[in-house]
Amino acid sequence: MQRFVPLIVVAVLVMLFLGMMLSDRNPNEIDSVLIGRPAPEFSLPSLAEGAAPLTTADLKTGEPVLVNFFASWCVPCRAEHENLMILAGKYRVPVIGIAYKNEADKARGFLTELGNPFSKTGLDLDGRVGIDWGVSGVPETFLIDGEGVIRYRHWGPIVGSSLEERLLPQLEALQ
Amino acid sequence: MIRYLVLVFSVFAFTLAVHAVAVDEKPLADPVQEARARALMKEFRCLVCQNQSIEDSNAELAQDLRMIVRERIALGDSSDNVRAYMVDRYGDWVLLRPPLKSSTYFLWGSPFLVVLIILLVVMRKRRSAAAVPQPLSDDETARLAQLLEDDT
Repeated sequence: MQRFVPLIVVAVLVMLFLGMMLSDRNPNEIDSVLIGRPAPEFSLPSLAEGAAPLTTADLKTGEPVLVNFFASWCVPCRAEHENLMILAGKYRVPVIGIAYKNEADKARGFLTELGNPFSKTGLDLDGRVGIDWGVSGVPETFLIDGEGVIRYRHWGPIVGSSLEERLLPQLEALQ
Repeated sequence: MIRYLVLVFSVFAFTLAVHAVAVDEKPLADPVQEARARALMKEFRCLVCQNQSIEDSNAELAQDLRMIVRERIALGDSSDNVRAYMVDRYGDWVLLRPPLKSSTYFLWGSPFLVVLIILLVVMRKRRSAAAVPQPLSDDETARLAQLLEDDT
């Protein structure tokens, strides 16, 4: 029996490592450290000309809101856009857009082409607000409760089953 | 000939060294501060490429983060302040060297644990190998005597 011990140990290790290699865990999806904390303070010029700047105050509306970082140059953003339209239309959730490193006319063109799900849109030209929110790439979507506290972060596009299985349950928990 | 080769190689070496520094960026004027900033950049994970530090990476985010590290240093932040700034936004994940805290005790302790287990196993083996053999029983002595007698 003793002579099989090394074999068993190796077999267990192989299974462990193989399992970890094959499971498609994405370290970017670990919970953001911002969850449970008030959204970082910011003030961004509005995409709509002449409109008041988008600020942290816009997030404290007493009802849950979504903050979506997007860019016209971002391909996955196109893929999730339909779901943002559904969230704003069918589910009546206010979605706030932050155009990450995107010039105003390009961001505007993107929203004209695909439809505008955003109740308000801010321009984060140098990406500093994105960094304050711990954004590592677009798209990323944050769920904010009525008091302006971040409750959930969705990394990457909201496509496939993500809307129904991940985002909506989080949203319903707040409503 | 050798001189010529040395010249060629040093030109190569220098161009490589230049490439290692991102060309589009302005280092800090104070070399001490710049060295501190560069040392810090090596500690932070590029969140786009994941297994590169922001010092190594060409990703745009890494470039922005390098700029922030330099800014903080120039403003007089200590290295710990800069680390806190990054962890505040991106979590411990941004640190290439995980910090020692209650959730990472097992991570840091596991190599010692493995060494300990190996030591225990080796010690047990040695003890059993070194065990004194039992003296022969009466039956065995009789049988041995008989065998020896048969031989002669």
